[in-house]
Amino acid sequence: MPAPIRLRELIRTIRTARTQAEEREMIQKECAAIRSSFREEDNTYRCRNVAKLLYMHMLGYPAHFGQLECLKLIASQKFTDKRIGYLGAMLLLDERQDVHLLMTNCIKNDLNHSTQYVQGLALCTLGCMGSSEMCRDLAGEVEKLLKTSNSYLRKKAALCAVHVIRKVPELMEMFLPATKNLLSEKNHGVLHTSVVLLTEMCERSPDMLLHFRKVWLLVPQLVRILKNLIMSGYSPEHDVSGISDPFLQVRILRLLRILGRSDDDSSEAMNDILAQVATNTETSKNVGNAILYETVLTIMDIKSESGLRVLAINILGRFLLNNDKNIRYVALTSLLKTVQTDHNAVQRHRSTIVDCLKDLDVSIKRRAMELSFALVNGNNIRGMMKELLYFLDSCDPEFKADCASGVFLAAEKYAPSKRWHIDTIMRVLTTAGSYVRDDSVPNLIQLITNSVEMHAYTVQRLYKALLDDISQQPLVQVSSWCIGEYGDLLVSGQCEEEEPIQVTEDEVLDVLEGLLVSNLSTPVTRGYSLTAIMKLSTRFSSVNRIKKVVSIYGSSIDVELQQRAVEYNALFKKYDHMRSALLERMPIMEKTASNGPTEIVQTNGETEPSVPDTKLPPLITQPANQANDLLDLLGGNDVVPVIQTTLPTKPASAGGELLDLLGDLSLSGGPAPAPSVPISQPPFLLDGLSSQPLFNDISAAIPPMTAYNKNGLKIEFTFERANPNPNIAVITIHATNTTEADMTEFVFQAAVPKTFQLQLLSPSSNIVPALNQGSVTQVIRVLNPQKQQLRMRVKLTYTHKGSPVQDLAEVNNFPPQSWQ
Amino acid sequence: MMHFLLLLSRQGKLRLQKWFTPVTEREKKKVIREMTLMVLACPPRSCNFLLWRDLKIVYKRYASLYFCCGLGDQDNELLTLEVLQRYVELLDQYFGNVCELDIIFNFEKAYFILDEFLVGGEILETSKTVVGIAMEEAETLQEVTHTHSHLSVTHLPKYLNMFLLFSQQTMEEYMSKPTY
Repeated sequence: MPAPIRLRELIRTIRTARTQAEEREMIQKECAAIRSSFREEDNTYRCRNVAKLLYMHMLGYPAHFGQLECLKLIASQKFTDKRIGYLGAMLLLDERQDVHLLMTNCIKNDLNHSTQYVQGLALCTLGCMGSSEMCRDLAGEVEKLLKTSNSYLRKKAALCAVHVIRKVPELMEMFLPATKNLLSEKNHGVLHTSVVLLTEMCERSPDMLLHFRKVWLLVPQLVRILKNLIMSGYSPEHDVSGISDPFLQVRILRLLRILGRSDDDSSEAMNDILAQVATNTETSKNVGNAILYETVLTIMDIKSESGLRVLAINILGRFLLNNDKNIRYVALTSLLKTVQTDHNAVQRHRSTIVDCLKDLDVSIKRRAMELSFALVNGNNIRGMMKELLYFLDSCDPEFKADCASGVFLAAEKYAPSKRWHIDTIMRVLTTAGSYVRDDSVPNLIQLITNSVEMHAYTVQRLYKALLDDISQQPLVQVSSWCIGEYGDLLVSGQCEEEEPIQVTEDEVLDVLEGLLVSNLSTPVTRGYSLTAIMKLSTRFSSVNRIKKVVSIYGSSIDVELQQRAVEYNALFKKYDHMRSALLERMPIMEKTASNGPTEIVQTNGETEPSVPDTKLPPLITQPANQANDLLDLLGGNDVVPVIQTTLPTKPASAGGELLDLLGDLSLSGGPAPAPSVPISQPPFLLDGLSSQPLFNDISAAIPPMTAYNKNGLKIEFTFERANPNPNIAVITIHATNTTEADMTEFVFQAAVPKTFQLQLLSPSSNIVPALNQGSVTQVIRVLNPQKQQLRMRVKLTYTHKGSPVQDLAEVNNFPPQSWQ
Repeated sequence: MMHFLLLLSRQGKLRLQKWFTPVTEREKKKVIREMTLMVLACPPRSCNFLLWRDLKIVYKRYASLYFCCGLGDQDNELLTLEVLQRYVELLDQYFGNVCELDIIFNFEKAYFILDEFLVGGEILETSKTVVGIAMEEAETLQEVTHTHSHLSVTHLPKYLNMFLLFSQQTMEEYMSKPTY
């Protein structure tokens, strides 16, 4: 068989191929030749064949059949073989294949080879791709080499040790003694790799970090090395554009950062050198700026004195004005990191940052946008928002979602007036309406509901927006909800803020019906508009038209719409007496913490967790039965939203019973991620945190009481104050049963007088076991802002020995501490 | 640490791939594809830094090659530009006026040089001279498989080359100096 063709010959041949197919053919031919050569166990040409295989692998062709050959090359005595063998191993093998373990022995031998370049190959391969098993096996060898006086090997061993530690952190300890002397080397390669090793150890082990700080006194050592670097004269070997070994300088600065973090002494020890580097480094070239950048990061992260911090921020400010895009980018990134801690200092550069929004570069724009949002505060909100909205108008689609969310957040926190807030929202919805996140819709609805005096203005503007454009779904959804809610204000032309428009009921219904039939509307949007139409039946007089629409959709193909329509139909037919109450104006909603413990506690079991906003129908049917019952309770307003427990309800100004059913449109399940301070009642945000130990013991201060005790059913109340809001009493009911039969389908309902608010969380179960074998617990939260005497009416229903039992009772014996 | 280093041609062909973390073949192909799309699509004078997944991507174009690497979040992007610059200088020191063709035909050398400069995603040696000497000395250990003519010597770095400078080499002359 003729000698296999040479590597370069093959490369040249393959490059002459004019089509992919031709190339593939050549490759296949050569692979076949290589395979047969491998089969013949040809030692002479193995190296050449593997080299060719590696080339073909780079072109994207499979080369796994060469893996074992690489191992054979590694085991060979020839340096050329080893070199290609190790390269092949690094390219073709990885720790997922068992084959790689076969290398371990070869590497072990090579680590002890007489030629440093062979040792180097082994160290390099181990350091790049060694698996945890290999690292465990060979760590001892690496440690030995870490102590050699040969700097070529020492530096490689150091990086190999870094890899070992990354793979098997427990082995860190064994490298400690050998590491001690590393920093006294003069050789820059060893110095650099030692600093990397020390950094890795510090990052992984706080104990190690402390040890280095206190026992080894690492900081003064590093400061000295850095100083020597800067002060030393020109060294051609390490010079980069006039700076001596910038790579080492940056690595030392990075290690200093870790050592100085949250440690006053260390930070003080490095103050001078940091100041020196910050002021003396040449900034005309990228390399100088790289060092400055690292210095700034270090200054900002350690406990530096204020003068130094100001220096750092100023450097960043200068960076922002630099022509080089990369430096501007880096400045924006760093400012973003420091904006929390040095807010005022960063504010000084606000105008430059805002200018960066107009930069053509995508990366810079993104950073500038993030930073701009971080800089928004009560003082600059109007100006900043103008810039940001302008940015929103003109930016690429990839930014729009984030920008829109950012605008909403900022607007919620700092809106100078309700009208401004609504205008801003409108602006976002109309310009970036399709990019707005889905959860913004419920947030906005909540916001609009709570801005009572702006209802007319809002609905009018939204209506006009809808006339212009129905393609942007979030806008359409919010608009249809508002029209459904405030349609009466719309047709009566009550708007004070701007020129009221003349709209007739039919026009409004035309628009809403148009949404239902439009191709642009998503199913969710259709749901919104159908519900809106239904709600208008109590606000408009043209009920017949609405009835007709609703009945048509009773046979819609879309199941969701169909269900809604059928139930709304039922509302018209069988429950018409309830319709006005059900479809009443929404109450002001309590803003809950959108994320965090509150959510977790409150969605315990009851709410359909992943319910999309518009999961309306089931909620209507279920409480339909309870509706009657609840209406019977107290003339009072608060009812028990047994199904949905996200928010307590406040009495509507219109009075009358309040049923939360339609509230779920925007509130159920939807975890609005805006972690902003709630508009009306701050405490609820924090309450969630303390409501964790909800089923815990009684707060020592307030004694428990028996609320009800009849027919074997005993209900005890235990109390706890919800911290830190003293107005909220958290009551846990414990229901026990002394009879011989279980009480099944147990439902506890409660109502409180007007001045209170009540929230009932999910019960532990609905079976009260017989003979006190267990209890049902449930949590009630009562908000009592006026500190009035707590009274409650409770209703109990359960099935006992086959027959249903129902009872009403008043609870008046609350201990004074529970409401004072 | 650097997670990977890729050299891509302007046409999107891979010229070198170094992975410093364990990655499956499939994942490698995916990353290469995405990097190619991302980096080649960047307009000429844009910022050299991009964000991709949880990595910072630094890329720089040298003649017809894009040098593209993925960094961890503690790494200094500006310094990485210097790292890429240094690697190109090392290649240039070795090959003399290095061009893409050098790297295509001597890809294994490009890897060897890289291994004297970076290990495990970290810088191994900060001196150009030291890397040069290491390459040169290792070269002397290489056994030549077959000699074609009396001119066949192993590939020597520029400043020790007593023969023709590679920059003036033709394809034939490349071919006449094989090691494999």
